[in-house]
Amino acid sequence: MAREVLDARNLLCPLPVIRTQDRVARLAPGDVLEVHATDPGALNDIPAWCRVSGHRVLEACERPDGLVVVVIEVGDGAGG
Amino acid sequence: MAKTQRKAVALISGGLDSMLAARVVMDQGVHVEGINFFTGFCVEGHTHAIRRRDRARPKRNNALWVAEQLGIRLHIIDIVEEYKAVLLEPRHGYGQNLNPCLDCKTFMVRKAHEWMREHGFDFIITGEVIGQRPMSQRRDTFPVVARESGVGDLLLRPLSARLLPPTRPEREGWVDRERLYGFHGRSRKPQMALAARYGFRDYAQPAGGCCFLTDEQYAAKLADLWAARGRRDYDLDDILLLKVGRHLRPRPHFKLIVGREEGENRFLEGYRKRFLSLRPVSHAGPLVLVDGELDEADLELAARITARFSKGRGAGRVRVAATTPEGGTRELEVAPLAAHEIRPEWYVERRGAQALRAAGAARA
Repeated sequence: MAREVLDARNLLCPLPVIRTQDRVARLAPGDVLEVHATDPGALNDIPAWCRVSGHRVLEACERPDGLVVVVIEVGDGAGG
Repeated sequence: MAKTQRKAVALISGGLDSMLAARVVMDQGVHVEGINFFTGFCVEGHTHAIRRRDRARPKRNNALWVAEQLGIRLHIIDIVEEYKAVLLEPRHGYGQNLNPCLDCKTFMVRKAHEWMREHGFDFIITGEVIGQRPMSQRRDTFPVVARESGVGDLLLRPLSARLLPPTRPEREGWVDRERLYGFHGRSRKPQMALAARYGFRDYAQPAGGCCFLTDEQYAAKLADLWAARGRRDYDLDDILLLKVGRHLRPRPHFKLIVGREEGENRFLEGYRKRFLSLRPVSHAGPLVLVDGELDEADLELAARITARFSKGRGAGRVRVAATTPEGGTRELEVAPLAAHEIRPEWYVERRGAQALRAAGAARA
């Protein structure tokens, strides 16, 4: 199982979602992707994208310094 | 034998019509997935993320919200680069502002058609309604979109289908034409009634659509950018910056972008390595980016304007720091401009039609 980090900082929505989607498309089911973003909208949008795409959100939070961290486990129907 | 389940890709904008169109076809047992295009001009997101006062309101991506309500997948496609050709050279020209609606719709349908073929889907759904929009959604433009996108009769408009010639999905029985609709005109009532029947609430209803290019003030700022550069071009940072702050052009060769509140100031901070930036240091005040080359007199004027928008506007002198993209800083002590010295015509967004005509002339 791979674990990767995606740096989506300084991008405004929906770009963090697009970058997440494109990276997940290259991962296999069970792989874990940790996304870092600074647009607070990513905290809602990335989990929403995961829900409609069949991926599991393991963690989604905004750290005190404003960094949004969303950890995703890639689901079975991986790919875009 | 059960018949093969057909698959359709629906253009999802985040608004009500495309949501209903997708749902109507899902009701007929078709597998539907959504596709949403990011041009950079989408009203979605950006401005809400930037302005602090908008942060208090719960923010959502409407296209994702629609997909979740419908229980379908959504594929968001970045078309910022390819979209330039659509906006800069629209075959069918612009609408009231810089909105190339007909070319835009054709382009999106063409991209959806490519996606459809790559993913083995059967047809395309849009939420278009005859007569809904003056430029792109008319009885005479519908065939233009179908023809120029190359999708032909694999394009189904479920909300107006009964008023249009039968498409292949209808002729082949993939969908039942009798269970599609014949909506037309600008009224939203039929859509709202259908939404109520499906129990859809809290859907987005953006005035003037969901694209900044239909916005007169935004279009004026874009036209001004092209006129000042002497060429019609842009990158993603350009179009994001046009969404932020007050834009003042006190001299033809430079423009100031003045943050209006803390969220915008913070956003503009991210561009200090690209532009000369000004910030009052003796008083609280905005971050100001300078687009253009300044001589000493220009710099003084820019500093006096910056001081005007600071808390020191009533003070005799305000100290303003000017920082180059390389990080070199010097301080100027200036008298803030008086209110009447800020000329109304400096406000780029208020130039409206005048700037657009100038851009048209530059193009010709």
